[in-house]
Amino acid sequence: MAGSNDLKLLGMWASPFVLRVKLALSLKGLSYEYVEEDLRTKSELLLKSNPVHKKVPVLIHNGKPVCESSVILQYIDEAFAGTGPSLLPVDPYERAMARFWAAYIDDKMMAAWNQASKAKTEEEKAEAMKQSFATVETLEGALRDCGKGKPFFGGEDVGYVDVVLGGLLGWIRANDELQGVKPFDPERTPLLAAWAERFWSLEAVEPQMPDVSKLVEFGKMLQARQAAAGEGN
Amino acid sequence: MAAEAPAVKLIGGYGSPYVHRIEMALRLKGVTYELILEDLRNKSELLFKHNPVHKLVPVLLHGDRTVCESLVILEYIDEAFDGPPLLPADPYERSEARFWAQFIDQKFARPFWFSFWTGDDVDKRAFLKEAKENLTLLEAQLKGRSFFGGDTIGFLDITACALAHWLGVTEEVTGVTLVNKEELPAFCKWADGYISDETVKQCLPVRDELVAYFSARKEMYMARARATLHK
Repeated sequence: MAGSNDLKLLGMWASPFVLRVKLALSLKGLSYEYVEEDLRTKSELLLKSNPVHKKVPVLIHNGKPVCESSVILQYIDEAFAGTGPSLLPVDPYERAMARFWAAYIDDKMMAAWNQASKAKTEEEKAEAMKQSFATVETLEGALRDCGKGKPFFGGEDVGYVDVVLGGLLGWIRANDELQGVKPFDPERTPLLAAWAERFWSLEAVEPQMPDVSKLVEFGKMLQARQAAAGEGN
Repeated sequence: MAAEAPAVKLIGGYGSPYVHRIEMALRLKGVTYELILEDLRNKSELLFKHNPVHKLVPVLLHGDRTVCESLVILEYIDEAFDGPPLLPADPYERSEARFWAQFIDQKFARPFWFSFWTGDDVDKRAFLKEAKENLTLLEAQLKGRSFFGGDTIGFLDITACALAHWLGVTEEVTGVTLVNKEELPAFCKWADGYISDETVKQCLPVRDELVAYFSARKEMYMARARATLHK
């Protein structure tokens, strides 16, 4: 029906945060118009829709913008509660656990990875990698304890935490080649490694996932740009 | 008849705005709770047991359930207990409340920290400008209302509590002024309204005591700011 559920997603193909939203929309079976943004010349629509951060993703629903990936995911779950599966569970405590681990992934795990990528000396890099790995081990523990042998963080089916982590999988695979790092090493974090394979191959997920070789190319270009900027100082 | 409701305990620490958020949420919902005060320089086994991941307060204990991270706890309280809702009912309004809560938790810390706790040898102008811009953006969300929640205090008001009370305390302790009534009239009115509220007063640290608390730690915060500024 035109107009009643008009959905537009402003995104960028390589963004893991945009990918989270695409995954959520796909899992709920929601159709939407996708607009690829050139982040070096942001559109009027993007600047108007997200004046505070000027970032993607932005979900525009019937003309009203929603920003920040975790906020968008919860919005999708609530505004389209009757459509497709729910991302968050029903029980308040289980919802709290899901929100806790989603926040952990963004605030602790990604922060550690970002630190690792900024490390300049071998010593700094080694320390950052150690911190990074500690956060992944914690997440492995979460999957083991909260997941209780179920295939996903959400249980039998994919849920909020799976989507939040799943959005990062493209870059996780790309970084394997870019930095020689396997964040989800099957020997050290077997549950996460298995989860990653399982999640990627889901029917609602696989077509949404980015081309890893393109991410690697993009990553190399970003590294070169960073190095050049460094030399200019 | 009805089984006794499971006990609610809050592990907190003196002077924490994050703990205040939770006390407010529980009080607004009419939930009776026991406050367990930690000495944050000497954390207890209880805290480590219940928050092994972050080792921080607040931690909510509800029967045999443990919930950590203040914004997660706020939403849990809203969903697990009866009483007036903390978040709006409409999904879009909820998304706005969550967006601004995240903004508060992510965008204020750095410019505030460096505006207040760096010495006179540091050019604070950029930090102050950023801090003021962020306050202006947040002020606009009041949209002419007394509180972010409308006529009464809600989720976003309690999330912003540090700005209503701790900010003024920090200005006094450091001698750095960030807020003035001419530039941020609606924000100032909101802050005054918040700290005058009867429920807020029951669990808000007394201003003079907070001033003393931060004054005693001033050197420590300034050293920390100096160290992180040069990272």
